[in-house]
Amino acid sequence: MDFRLSDDQEALRRGMRELLAARFGPEALRAAVDGAETAGAEAAGGVAGEGTAGERAPGARTAGGGGPCRGVVDRRLWRELGEAGFFALRVPEAAGGVGLGLPEAVLVFEEAGRALLPGPLVATHLAATHRGGDGAEAVPGAAEGRAVVTALEPDGAPLVEHWADADAVLVPEGEGVGVAAPGVVRALPVRAVDPLTPLHWVSGGRPAAVAACGAGAGVLCREAALLTAAQQLGSAWRTLELAVGHARTREQFGRPVGAFQAVQHLCAGMLVRAETARAAVYAAAVTGDEAETCAAKLLADEAAGANARDCLQVHGGMGFTWEAEVHLHLKRAWLRGSQWRTAVAAEEQLAEALLSPRL
Amino acid sequence: MELAYTAEEEEFRAGLRAWLAEVLPALPPRPDPLDWPARRAYDMGWQRRLYDAGYAGLNWPKDAGGQDVTPTQQLIFLEETEAAGAPYVGAGFVGLLHAGPTIAAEGSPEQRARWLPPILRGEQVWCQGFSEPDAGSDLAALRTRAVRDGDSYVVSGSKIWTSHAEVADWCELLVRTDPEAPRHAGISWLALPMDAPGVTVRPLRTLAGSREFAEVFLDEVRVPVANRVGAENDGWRVTMVTLSFERGTAFVGEVVACRRTLRLLAGRAKENGRWDDPVLRRRLGRLHAEFTALWRLIQWNVSEAAHARRRGGSGVPGPGGSVFKLRYSHARQELYDAAADVLGPGALDLDEEWTRERLSSLSYTIAAGTSQIQHNIVAERLLGLPKGR
Ligand SMILES: Cc1cc2nc3c(=O)[nH]c(=O)nc-3n(C[C@H](O)[C@H](O)[C@H](O)COP(=O)(O)OP(=O)(O)OC[C@H]3O[C@@H](n4cnc5c(N)ncnc54)[C@H](O)[C@@H]3O)c2cc1C
Repeated sequence: MDFRLSDDQEALRRGMRELLAARFGPEALRAAVDGAETAGAEAAGGVAGEGTAGERAPGARTAGGGGPCRGVVDRRLWRELGEAGFFALRVPEAAGGVGLGLPEAVLVFEEAGRALLPGPLVATHLAATHRGGDGAEAVPGAAEGRAVVTALEPDGAPLVEHWADADAVLVPEGEGVGVAAPGVVRALPVRAVDPLTPLHWVSGGRPAAVAACGAGAGVLCREAALLTAAQQLGSAWRTLELAVGHARTREQFGRPVGAFQAVQHLCAGMLVRAETARAAVYAAAVTGDEAETCAAKLLADEAAGANARDCLQVHGGMGFTWEAEVHLHLKRAWLRGSQWRTAVAAEEQLAEALLSPRL
Repeated sequence: MELAYTAEEEEFRAGLRAWLAEVLPALPPRPDPLDWPARRAYDMGWQRRLYDAGYAGLNWPKDAGGQDVTPTQQLIFLEETEAAGAPYVGAGFVGLLHAGPTIAAEGSPEQRARWLPPILRGEQVWCQGFSEPDAGSDLAALRTRAVRDGDSYVVSGSKIWTSHAEVADWCELLVRTDPEAPRHAGISWLALPMDAPGVTVRPLRTLAGSREFAEVFLDEVRVPVANRVGAENDGWRVTMVTLSFERGTAFVGEVVACRRTLRLLAGRAKENGRWDDPVLRRRLGRLHAEFTALWRLIQWNVSEAAHARRRGGSGVPGPGGSVFKLRYSHARQELYDAAADVLGPGALDLDEEWTRERLSSLSYTIAAGTSQIQHNIVAERLLGLPKGR
């Protein structure tokens, strides 16, 4: 047993961190948020979003701007990610991929979550990974970052991310997963809470598949949950880092606020959450086990959400501003928490697993 | 990231399993949990069997009579013995996990030869005399005085919360040898024979009704200077060696046991109908996630320790153990609160084992450093926040 990162895994993670620091650091994140806002305002002002024709999703009372309903994916960055092997990470080398496994995928997704990299990373990675039975790509160009792929969730969940950007959509149906074109279904924009994750409400039934993805629905959902959890984990580390950084430098009562025990204990609690979630996420990546994946998702969701809140608290008034990065983490954490395995689903599944005889 | 065990590790596991299968059926019945002398005899009997089979002092260095196995083998040992229902270290705890390793690390050759073999053979029980009425979390405030008089120290003061004091032969005692020096610089570590004249043990009852700890009064007790481990006034540093052992793999067996309990809880809930309550089910589901993660966190920490050891380090876990202890002590309390929810009226019945466990779980956020102190340690030593007040 050697449950720690190998040197190669450390190097992979470092490489991804450096790439993202250079290409999508805090400044770029800020610019992307501003860009998405402008696009959202334009869309609401009459520039039609893809196939939306001014309609609103159920529950939307105003057509006011703010939430992005047009694309936010930076295609150039997407291709660079493709070139760096982000999407083809698990494609066998013989097929032109990097030939690595889920643990490595988890590491690069953790980095993506840390940087709050926008876009349907999970679905595109899975579309690239799981080729059809004949070895044909499920979505041509996904592996290279030329295609942007989103996904519907199996249980009829109506919200889908990055719809306007998507070239293809994965549609889990029964045991299998189909690939459909997004245009054919009516989808209404939602004023999404996370400025960098546009959401659409799919109201016109599920699109008919035109191709097949190699993974079964079970595998797809499990891997999607794990990679989503990995992003949550990265976000939880980042908010811890932001909180500790602020606590060390912000002074009140003549000393850094990090010298106050109430603040110290918030920060310590954040580390405990992140370390616990990390153990669960990495273990699920190694075993591929269903129950462990539920545990990973549950604990990573908790770590991301609670750490973002505590980070916000440590920042005081600054934490409540649009300027500070922390709200973006909290909003993304809420979104990721609603995807692929909600807490209710994970807890019920984990409870059920307690009744089955141990392997 | 590798969770699979190596062939060598699996071989160790197989050998251990075979031995356990042979030896466990021959063990005497478990003693009454309230009968401490009987418990001592039982725990020491088990230690003797371990010794005879070559499993004593697994994590101790070879030159201290230990086996010096890898942290991973130590993990396997704790996992397998718990899974097989073998006895726990029990009354041997302080000797094997605190005092012994301290003597192994800091003692003279004579001291090692004198005290270590009887610990390994299950002949002598040690207790830990650190806390005092006015020195708990703030251990360095301890006031028990030791005044040099020829070849002896004359020790006066009192200790409190001393686990197993009633049945102990020896006490690892922290005393103040220099009252003028700065607090941390005037402390020494002594091995106190519990039968020395002037030692009075007054058992304290825990909220669970058991007499597992005691007050120890010291009235001009003469302790030979030869019983001091480490230099005079260097006891604080010597003690820290001990404390880092305490925060290591000490909870491995317990986490294995908690995971088993959780499954039993689910089974019981299914039987008595509580399972139909989605709130309870979700609670158990979350605990399943919690204990799965805690197990993986142990494997992570053990792998880190094994790695450090391969690079020439001590293999003793650092303050990282605080993260684990914080999460685990809380989870254990949650587990037995959930058990009460499953038991319903049975939660008020002391004949239910889970009711008793629920009570004893309350000590986990206090003993061996309270959760508040663990948070301080994490904030200051792991996160590098400025020293708080
Ligand atoms: C079951 C059990 C077995 C034990 N066995 C032994 C033993 O064998 N040998 C031995 O020497 N000791 C033993 N102890 C003692 C144990 O180590 C102490 O109880 C513990 O260190 C806390 O000290 P205290 O009880 O004096 O509480 P205090 O230190 O008085 O703490 C009271 C409260 O104040 C908080 N507090 C204190 N200081 C701070 C701070 N700086 N910041 C924030 N909060 C703070 C604490 O968290 C706690 O909530 C045992 C205790 C228990 C419960």
